[in-house]
Amino acid sequence: MTGLRPWLLRRLLLGAGQTVAVVLLVFALTEALPGDAAVALAGDQPDPARIAALRETMHLDRPAAERLVDWAAGLAHGDLGSSLVSGRPVSSYLADGFGPTLLLATLTLLLLVPLAGGLGVLAARHEGRLVDRLISAVTLGVYAVPEFALGVLLVTVVALRLEWLPPTAVGHGDDLTAHPAVLVLPVLVLLSRPVCSLARLVRAGMIDALAAPHIAHARRYGIPGARLRYAHALPNALAPAAQQLARTVDWLLCGVIVVEALFVIPGLGTVLMNAVAERDVPVLQGLAVVFAVTGVVLNLAADTVIYRCTPRAGVAA
Amino acid sequence: MHDGPAPDSRFPGLRRRGFLAAGGAAGLGALALTGCTGTAPSGDAAGGRPRRGGTLRAAFAGGGAEETLDPHRANLFADVARAKALFDKLADFGADLSARPRLATSWEPNAGLDRWTVRLRKAVFHHGKPVTARDVLYSYRRIADPRQAFRAKASLAPLDLTASRAVDERTVEFVLKHPTAEFPNLLAAFGAYIVPDGTKDFTAPVGSGPFRFVSFTPGRSAVFRRHEDYWDGPPHLERLEFLVANEESARLNALLGGQVEYAHELTPTTARTHEGKGQIEIVRLRNSTMQSFAMKTDRPPFDDRRVREAFFLLADRRELVAGALSGAGEIGNDLFGKGYQYYADGLPQRRPDPDRARHLLKKAGAEGLRVTLDTSAVAAGFTEAAAIFRDQAAKAGVRVKVAMGSKDSYWQDTLDSGTLCCYRSGAMPLESHFSQRLLSTSTTNATHWRHKDFDALYQQAQSTRNTEDRAAVYARMQRRLYTEGGFLVWGFADWIVGTARTVRGVDRRAPANTLDWARFDRVWLT
Repeated sequence: MTGLRPWLLRRLLLGAGQTVAVVLLVFALTEALPGDAAVALAGDQPDPARIAALRETMHLDRPAAERLVDWAAGLAHGDLGSSLVSGRPVSSYLADGFGPTLLLATLTLLLLVPLAGGLGVLAARHEGRLVDRLISAVTLGVYAVPEFALGVLLVTVVALRLEWLPPTAVGHGDDLTAHPAVLVLPVLVLLSRPVCSLARLVRAGMIDALAAPHIAHARRYGIPGARLRYAHALPNALAPAAQQLARTVDWLLCGVIVVEALFVIPGLGTVLMNAVAERDVPVLQGLAVVFAVTGVVLNLAADTVIYRCTPRAGVAA
Repeated sequence: MHDGPAPDSRFPGLRRRGFLAAGGAAGLGALALTGCTGTAPSGDAAGGRPRRGGTLRAAFAGGGAEETLDPHRANLFADVARAKALFDKLADFGADLSARPRLATSWEPNAGLDRWTVRLRKAVFHHGKPVTARDVLYSYRRIADPRQAFRAKASLAPLDLTASRAVDERTVEFVLKHPTAEFPNLLAAFGAYIVPDGTKDFTAPVGSGPFRFVSFTPGRSAVFRRHEDYWDGPPHLERLEFLVANEESARLNALLGGQVEYAHELTPTTARTHEGKGQIEIVRLRNSTMQSFAMKTDRPPFDDRRVREAFFLLADRRELVAGALSGAGEIGNDLFGKGYQYYADGLPQRRPDPDRARHLLKKAGAEGLRVTLDTSAVAAGFTEAAAIFRDQAAKAGVRVKVAMGSKDSYWQDTLDSGTLCCYRSGAMPLESHFSQRLLSTSTTNATHWRHKDFDALYQQAQSTRNTEDRAAVYARMQRRLYTEGGFLVWGFADWIVGTARTVRGVDRRAPANTLDWARFDRVWLT
């Protein structure tokens, strides 16, 4: 375990740098977009005097650099600023959107890990035989279906035709947990593709690991099959899967816009879409901070897991 | 169009009379309408007597953080629908966009039309206090606040609010900066709601509207309940819930799945799929959106009126309505406001005539003309209309290049730059369309139509007390626009609403943004 701590420190510093870079990039890109919050709010009444007045009330008449510096100064005190459009604090936007997103991500993950791991190991155990082929065919097939299409299909068949589940979560944005039925279809859609990609990675890693010399050696020592698979082979198979899992969690936590829109779940993806359309720069920057930190932390966690599972592999910083 | 257009176009005198007759007919229609606003028409259509009680859930597209219960900040359809449930205006627009009294019972001008006395009806706010002249003046002064940017500010600009005063508890005397014959339109302006004197905080708003506030989460939901003492009779519904679903498919699925009873803003394709199938009811609100191409009349090639006329003749309006609106609409005749009060429906319907268009272009020295048509996915049908028109123009040798713009800044981008762009407008009185878009002083003059004589006609109309005489002036203005204006109005889109089969009393005539659109105090559940 020598070198883990300095490595972690290096990675954290790098992560902080990446976060700053993302925030600056988001700010620059938003400034580069045509129109600003005043123009977006004026909409189809682009009366120049009104736009000027709106700009003044939103303090958009100040230079971009000055606004960025002000915002960064606030951030140093943990203040993410407030929305240009509504004046509400950005933190309340993030808190409102984070609840539904976190709930969906957690549920998806709770199902994803055992399901994908189980399917992957099962397929690897029966490599080349019927079970493996069946699992491979189904996972490949489902992976090829985009979330949107699957969502529409599920809503049409399961919700509207069979009437087993509600088609959307409309009106339940604040109390999703009180109506678990509305979560079934969204979680199913979120689960569909990650399960497939992850199961395939576990399967491939498992087959490689089972064929590795140290496993053959362990087998010769008479270590029983289950222990061999889960204690010796699986950790090696997890390295690529852990990275994929981190990417999936990142994707889930940053708000899956397609699923949120289709099922009317007001998560972070919805907040992001609205903020872009309204050119609400402080909200966008707040989201950028959250997304960047999430990405950095998750990837770091994944790399740490790999580091622990397969010390030989080494970790590129 | 049913006035026999052919002879009219040859005899200006006849044409004029034809229009006046049409104006008269519109007037009669207005009278008939006044007699049966409320439940009667929809009750007939739906059958049965109104039933009291129940909760109606209505799904609208929302705007997340932008959503507000401050009625003066209302910007989205969802904002307006909520505002009209909680608040009242002094007047509102009927299906023909003429002003109907609401909190006002009457309005009387002085001889110069620059001083109007408005009497208020007996109405109470949700907290029990009466609606008074002071509340009215406070509300209007708040909207007109020069430090703020309320949407209705421009509409109230003709008012001199420092000179206007409360004569007594229920009488307001409005002083105007210049004669304003269409003063009642101002009382019905978008967002001109009456709030209690001194209100600044709208987190738990108090209004005089048919529903009282219960709860509100921006971007998610709003819950209201019946206001028993509503001056226009208490609503049939016990509760009203506004839910936000931004995707059309989500609104439709929620309606089909019984999660909502009313889905606002559906697509023509949805309407066609579900119309008459018995699962849900489709309501088409005609003449809700004017669809057009705006030509900048102050720059080449459109500074030549022959080129503008050629473009009028290039458009195959039927094909545009069928293609860009999926048939959910009617063809236009290069004038705003089909079906509205003062609309010049006596003018002959323009038909495509590529040969004459080619001839006109040749005379204007614009053969082989190339134009860029700005469009964007900002409104339904825009990109489709642009592509269809490009092909239509090609038949007369005009090369149209379609340029896609950002939908978040489209209206500002196209206001002063470019030469030709897709343009649409919601319902408003003809007079508002003129004053906002077609005068030298108009702030959103997308066709850059600036003519002193046209301005003078507008002033003349505003100084004309007699409705028929005013209609004649509007007719002259419209004839001018018809022959050489900058708006190629090719259609009027339906506004499509879906309701559950249990919903009764939804008005089927009111264009979006008028009084009876998204009006839930007249709706009941069976």
